[in-house]
Amino acid sequence: MPSYRGALLLSCLFGLSPVMAQFAADQAASERADLDPEQRGLAIAEVVEARDAGWGDMRAELKMRLRNRQGQESLRALRMQVLEITDDGDQSLIVFDSPRDIAGTAFLSYTHALKPDDQWLYLPALKRVKRIASANKSGPFVGSEFAYEDLSSTEVAKYRYRWLRDEDLEGRTTYVLEEFPAYEHSGYTRRLVWIDQEMMQPLKVVFHDRKDAPLKTLTFRHYRQHLDRYWRADEMHMENHQTGKETTLSWQDYRFGTGLSRRDFDQASLKRIR
Amino acid sequence: MRPDSTRYARFIVRHPGWVLLFWVVVTLSAGMGVRLLEFNNNHRAFFSPDNPQLLAFNALENTFNKNDTLNFVVQPADGAVFSRASLGMLADLTQKAWQIPYSSRVDSLTNFQFTEGVGDDLVVRDLVADPDVIGPAALKRLRETALAEPTLEGALIRERGDVTAVNVVVQLPRKDEAHEVPQVVEAARKLAAEIERDYPGTRIHLTGLVVMDQAFAEASRHDILTLIPASFAVMILLIAVLLGGATGALGCALVIALAIIIAMGLAGYIGYPVSSATSAAPVIILTVAIANCVHILDAYRQALQTGVDQETALIDALGTNLRPIFFASLTTVIGFLTFNFSEVPPFRQLGNLVAFGDFASYMLAVSLFPALLALLPARFATGRQLPVAWVMALAEFAIKRRLWLLRGLGVLLLGLIACIPRNQLNDVFVNYFDESTPFRQATDFTTRHLSGVYHFYYTLDSGQEGGIHAPAFLAAADAFVAWLRQQPEVKHVASYTDTVKRLNRNLHAEDPAYYRLPDSRELAAQYQLLYEMSLPYGLDLNSQIDVNKSALKISAAMETLSSQAAIAFNTRAEAWLRAQAPDIASGTGSGTALMFSHLGVRNIKTMLMGSALALALISFLLVFMLRAPGLGLLSLVPNLLPLGAGFGLWALAVGQVGLSLSVVASMSLGIIIDDTVHFLVKYQRARRRKGLNPEDAIRYAFRVNGRAMLVTSITLVLGFLVLAFSAFELNAGMGLLTALVIGLALLVDLLFLSPLLLTLEERAHA
Repeated sequence: MPSYRGALLLSCLFGLSPVMAQFAADQAASERADLDPEQRGLAIAEVVEARDAGWGDMRAELKMRLRNRQGQESLRALRMQVLEITDDGDQSLIVFDSPRDIAGTAFLSYTHALKPDDQWLYLPALKRVKRIASANKSGPFVGSEFAYEDLSSTEVAKYRYRWLRDEDLEGRTTYVLEEFPAYEHSGYTRRLVWIDQEMMQPLKVVFHDRKDAPLKTLTFRHYRQHLDRYWRADEMHMENHQTGKETTLSWQDYRFGTGLSRRDFDQASLKRIR
Repeated sequence: MRPDSTRYARFIVRHPGWVLLFWVVVTLSAGMGVRLLEFNNNHRAFFSPDNPQLLAFNALENTFNKNDTLNFVVQPADGAVFSRASLGMLADLTQKAWQIPYSSRVDSLTNFQFTEGVGDDLVVRDLVADPDVIGPAALKRLRETALAEPTLEGALIRERGDVTAVNVVVQLPRKDEAHEVPQVVEAARKLAAEIERDYPGTRIHLTGLVVMDQAFAEASRHDILTLIPASFAVMILLIAVLLGGATGALGCALVIALAIIIAMGLAGYIGYPVSSATSAAPVIILTVAIANCVHILDAYRQALQTGVDQETALIDALGTNLRPIFFASLTTVIGFLTFNFSEVPPFRQLGNLVAFGDFASYMLAVSLFPALLALLPARFATGRQLPVAWVMALAEFAIKRRLWLLRGLGVLLLGLIACIPRNQLNDVFVNYFDESTPFRQATDFTTRHLSGVYHFYYTLDSGQEGGIHAPAFLAAADAFVAWLRQQPEVKHVASYTDTVKRLNRNLHAEDPAYYRLPDSRELAAQYQLLYEMSLPYGLDLNSQIDVNKSALKISAAMETLSSQAAIAFNTRAEAWLRAQAPDIASGTGSGTALMFSHLGVRNIKTMLMGSALALALISFLLVFMLRAPGLGLLSLVPNLLPLGAGFGLWALAVGQVGLSLSVVASMSLGIIIDDTVHFLVKYQRARRRKGLNPEDAIRYAFRVNGRAMLVTSITLVLGFLVLAFSAFELNAGMGLLTALVIGLALLVDLLFLSPLLLTLEERAHA
């Protein structure tokens, strides 16, 4: 175990505030120049995860704006609730409010780092819950430029890491990591991630397709801190470089610790939620 | 000879050094532009930026995804697609095809997203998940599934099961096309070779639009590397043999080479790309430029034979020819400039290039060429040549047999002209490439064994967000798909309606009764959400459905069709949509094949106007130059007759007129009129200045001009015949027909014009 983890543990043991613990961890990750780029990358990813841990559950509302090369636009509105799972991928439930045709459709997903996600969809028109048995994670999410893979939580185990460099990105100091998906059916060969050194949150992600050509760029805008601790971007913008299409995701009304439990994320909950 | 002509001729002949220096400077500065030339292989270059079909197609591509395709058409070693070995090979090819530069999607039998309802599960997986473990029973099931799936049957597999395809969608950034296309095609060829090596006995054919673009480039390269040297060799040889002497031949070669360099340099400066059409420019410039030199050279030799000194001979040859050569060049230039009426930018560029090249060659022929002749000793200019006696024998024949010739040739030519309507406007753009090209072979193979390479796209627009899910809309789209499938020209239809029906069945426990469109709009929308969520990267519905879910794109793979048949089919399809689906806004049919078809038709129309204008301008010039309206108008006869007869003969021999032949009329008119100009100028001079009777005036014109006429016409015919060897059928057809017209024009000028003149003069004096 790398020694900064020891520092992290130690600071927790001595009852230091979590903020102090993060600070210690950050120091450990960023200043350990003796680590090789792989170790350093992993260390940074672990700090990102550790810093964002402990929020329990979260709710938010989303607006999605899709746009094609011709300039045509389309809007989607959805609600999302997520339950933090410590030893596996998070569980999430998404309800679509618009367009009208899919209003009430609910999507439940248990993400996993290395195996196919468990996914269920409730189709109100059919009044049935259908399980989607598919190894694919990189398909378009409601026709947008986001794959569900891009939206779901980032577990350390999802990728193999390499620290490339520290870089200034629009006035912010970032770590630039190269991340290689561990999941064999991923649609990407790697991602380049710019992580803000202060927030320990990504500012930009460039996805490379199967032939390692740049496919799309995700930009995070308007970060705000919630509960004095968790940074969330109010806007995520995805641009597909190959097709010229774009999708903007706007997050609203973030709420943390609303008392959700596993019961709110089972198949029966799909029908209940409206 | 006019005094100013003599003054000019004297200046050139007496200051050859200055002339030489001038041209060295001009050529060097113009030639710098050659380095700026760039290749353009994009078939879209055939369309002007405001072409309505191109605009519609661009909008289609921006709304849905792009359609640049690359198809690996695969013949497995054992002749059976449904075998473990073949499927293993296919899976391998499919996976590796994702590595092709700019590829965004790969579709094959193995990665087809097979959906199946099992209880309340929707299973979505590759149709062939693991070819290594597939058993005989599974193979049989697989075969049945594939043949029953409308997305696959007819597109990727047929009942015979001996040929399949791996289709790659390529998103070319089109920023650096000269490199992007070759990069893609090279990678594809390498992959095909690799698969053929790893799986002995497998045969892979490459087709698709990207391969076609590459074929355009390769055709131009072939033309530049083979035709230009070949035509140079032919020309120099001909001049040397027919007019004798190395000086003339080399002088001609230099003039031509400089004219080509100057024209191509200018092309570089203007930013004209080297395309399959403009790569014919050097050969055409070479061919038409020769005439200018030949007339001066022949006059020079004739003057030398009368015993005058070199300087006098040159001044005389240059002075007497200055005006006729100018007018002959002018008519040629006008002919080529009317290419600007063409709908096809590469033809416009070709016309402008040749016009400029011909103008440059005129300037060179009346300055650099005589200057060179002046610098070299006169004896180099002599040698064996085509005997004037032969030419005079022709003259006597034409004079003696005038009635017989007039009637016989008249009937023959008019008979041929009567055949013109038998030409069919028929452009098959796949056939722009001759059967020796791998692209053509692969495309013909694909059409024979698997599916069509012509794709027609129809956008059905509901006009409202999410409107494609409405049952009425889906039903109309489905009826259209059914109608398409009944048409004999259609080989395969890809439509989202098939996917919805399959999903409906999947989600109703595979009950075949549910293989139909869903009853409610919500259900259709929710199926789609479910399906899309389960797809892998690249295999989504973006190519068939727009972001608003308001429009569907239906694509039909067609037989290889002529432009007429393509337009006729499209008219039928659009009429069906208007009548049967009046509530749906359906734009015009689109697709590369249709675009080329419309282009062919529009081009013919505009070029007819161009040719008419060329004819009017040239007639006016002739009347102006000869200062005799009767004679000027008369001179149109020996030019329009061979032109018409040429197209008539073409109707009998070939019968199909395509894109490039539309430019032949104005081009060849500008060229063949030259001989008439030279002949009539000499005839007129003999009648007016020398006071000869009509028969002697004919003899005079033949003696002074006959040999040059023969030599230029023969070189022109051979030059355009060289073009007929182009791998690019557009250039080949253009070369062949032009050669035919020029040959006929020579026949008419020699054996029809004189009898006509004599007969008319007799009538006038009778």
